Amino acid sequence: MKKVYLRPLDFRHGRVDMNHGAGGRAGAQLVDELFARAFDNPALRVGDDGAVVDLPPGHRLVMSTDGHVISPLVFPGGDIGCLAVHGTINDVAMMGALPFALSASFVLEEGFSLAELKRIVESMAAAARDAGVPIVTGDTKVVEKGKGDGVFIATTGLGALPKDRRIGGALARPGDALLLSGSIGDHGVAVLSQRESLGFEAGVKSDTAALHGLVAALLAAVPEGAVRTLRDPTRGGLATTLNEIARQAGVGMRLQEAAIPVHAEVEAACELLGLDPLYIANEGKLVAAVAPEHASAALAALRAHPLGREAACIGQVVDDAQHFVQLATRFGGQRIVDWLTGEPLPRIC
Amino acid sequence: MKYIDEFRDGEVAQALAARIAADCETGRDYAFMEFCGGHTHAIARYGIAELLPPAIRMIHGPGCPVCVLPIGRIDQAIALALQHRAIVATYGDTMRVPASGSLSMMRAKARGADIRMVYSAADALALARANPGREVVFFAIGFETTTPPTALVVKQAAAEGLRNFSVLACHVLTPSAIAHMLESEEAKALGATPIEGFVGPAHVSIVIGSKPYEPFAAQHRKPVVISGFEPLDVMQSIWMLVRQVNEGRAEVENQFTRAVTREGNRAAQRAVAEVFELREAFEWRGLGEVAFSALRLKPEWARFDAEKRFDIGYRPVPDHKQCECGAILRGVKHPRDCKLFGTVCTPENPMGSCMVSSEGACAAHWTYGRFRDIPVVAEAA
Repeated sequence: MKKVYLRPLDFRHGRVDMNHGAGGRAGAQLVDELFARAFDNPALRVGDDGAVVDLPPGHRLVMSTDGHVISPLVFPGGDIGCLAVHGTINDVAMMGALPFALSASFVLEEGFSLAELKRIVESMAAAARDAGVPIVTGDTKVVEKGKGDGVFIATTGLGALPKDRRIGGALARPGDALLLSGSIGDHGVAVLSQRESLGFEAGVKSDTAALHGLVAALLAAVPEGAVRTLRDPTRGGLATTLNEIARQAGVGMRLQEAAIPVHAEVEAACELLGLDPLYIANEGKLVAAVAPEHASAALAALRAHPLGREAACIGQVVDDAQHFVQLATRFGGQRIVDWLTGEPLPRIC
Repeated sequence: MKYIDEFRDGEVAQALAARIAADCETGRDYAFMEFCGGHTHAIARYGIAELLPPAIRMIHGPGCPVCVLPIGRIDQAIALALQHRAIVATYGDTMRVPASGSLSMMRAKARGADIRMVYSAADALALARANPGREVVFFAIGFETTTPPTALVVKQAAAEGLRNFSVLACHVLTPSAIAHMLESEEAKALGATPIEGFVGPAHVSIVIGSKPYEPFAAQHRKPVVISGFEPLDVMQSIWMLVRQVNEGRAEVENQFTRAVTREGNRAAQRAVAEVFELREAFEWRGLGEVAFSALRLKPEWARFDAEKRFDIGYRPVPDHKQCECGAILRGVKHPRDCKLFGTVCTPENPMGSCMVSSEGACAAHWTYGRFRDIPVVAEAA
């Protein structure tokens, strides 16, 4: 029998149309020529409805999921593709687990350019390859024009957690040192600087990165149990993350403003927009509560890793029935660092 | 940051704090009002209150444009977007202010209102140019600092012959509000804390100069120090006020000599005078009607006046009965004296004006200072 000729996808001028999500040949073609090719790995190659993966013996399974909706899709230092990989890897890594597989589900908007989709998918594939975490299963849907914002990507990650390891928000205790792996606010400011209504040149790049290597280095440097809590301060920034931990663990925190690294460009942009870097999103930073006697070894391990060069001890966990996160200002005063209220909005004057 | 860190130096702050403490006369209390929300924010964010001697009490004034914006005005903006299908351009921090019918601009947006956040009046004008088939209304709020840009875009719109642009003018005036504060019945009542001096906002005076405060300082015998917004500026201004009070002076002094002059920015004043005129009265949230305290477009600019262009009557909406914002704004009460504070009224769900923006007295106290209300925690420091 003669093989059906299929014109290859036009990745220069083509656009996503409703056929790509209809479950027919066009959809299969998009999967074959774009997703399967870019993400290629043995589990995906099988082409079944799901992927079969092995869990190393002596481990429990950690699972985390994250939906990615960002505007603009491409920003200085990254794009929605690598962000979708890093974000989920980091959520798994913050449990103390080693991420080993990802799924990716795409919601595409009718009319979205295939060239841009290809660029995003390739960035995603590169991020997964660099991290050593394959995308083993996926899905694509198309929504009508006006019902999506170009592309939404949901990723789920699986990780292997050694059976006896306990790391979590509730485990932070009074006396623990709070370590931060680097400067805050870079991602949020990089994205803000690209919004159409702002259009300023900040020269700031997103810090988006996969942190499982940094976590592994940190955990290897101290005895099991010394690292009590790990969390990546994404949406809501460092302030919100610390408040979450304080509430979960039933503790308070004392921070030193002078110890928190903020790049000059980020500080300047925040000053201009009336925003506080403590509430700005990060995508490549972690905060750790570490037993005080192991804090210096943990800090040294973070600093020895390329993603933790600017790591710092920013404060301590304290006993506080009110679960307040307090900050000693550089100016010499004291204040509360509260939860973020709603969306961070610039002040008028 | 260059040129900014110098004004946030902790060591200089300690030295200044020591001098303020040394100049406070023993057995005497000093109550000053920082009128502007920007100062409230600076005092809270840098923890300035901690550095001041206990004899000094700072009262947070009503100078937060978002806080004093009455509910009725937000209702108008929402009506423009929802009923009249206009694009409403607004400064970001008005988005969350609660309006009638459990709406806010953010919630109205979720119901299909086309509300766009802008960073300047010029962005609103650009929206009008880009959407010739739609009505675009700029929700013009703020004190003297944001008024000149509104005046300029109205003039620009006229020059370009734009027919789809208008302004919902809610610009308010600082000096008349300060005077109102001292003349209110509550402030004059027996036992009320008398305000002994004012920290005036530098950015307002960059526009209007320091002169408009002179009659007020002379008439009411209250010193005014025009102050910058960096924490050292604020502390120096407080020190200047202490010395004026000690010496029995009631003058208008200028701490922010970096940019404020007695006359202000004449070009900006001319643009404002050309486009705007005084309103006989204007409702302030928390303060009620204040005479000659706000601006509206002059009749010759009527076609750019959203209140004339659209049928949106003004309906005042009272605050919650137990809300103490009025008394708090006048310095008669502290946020913690209010029954609603921190219970049903929080930044997530503000009931009164002072909780609305981070610059409001209650929100600033909630966000940065409420740990001081709980002595056990403060002692653990």
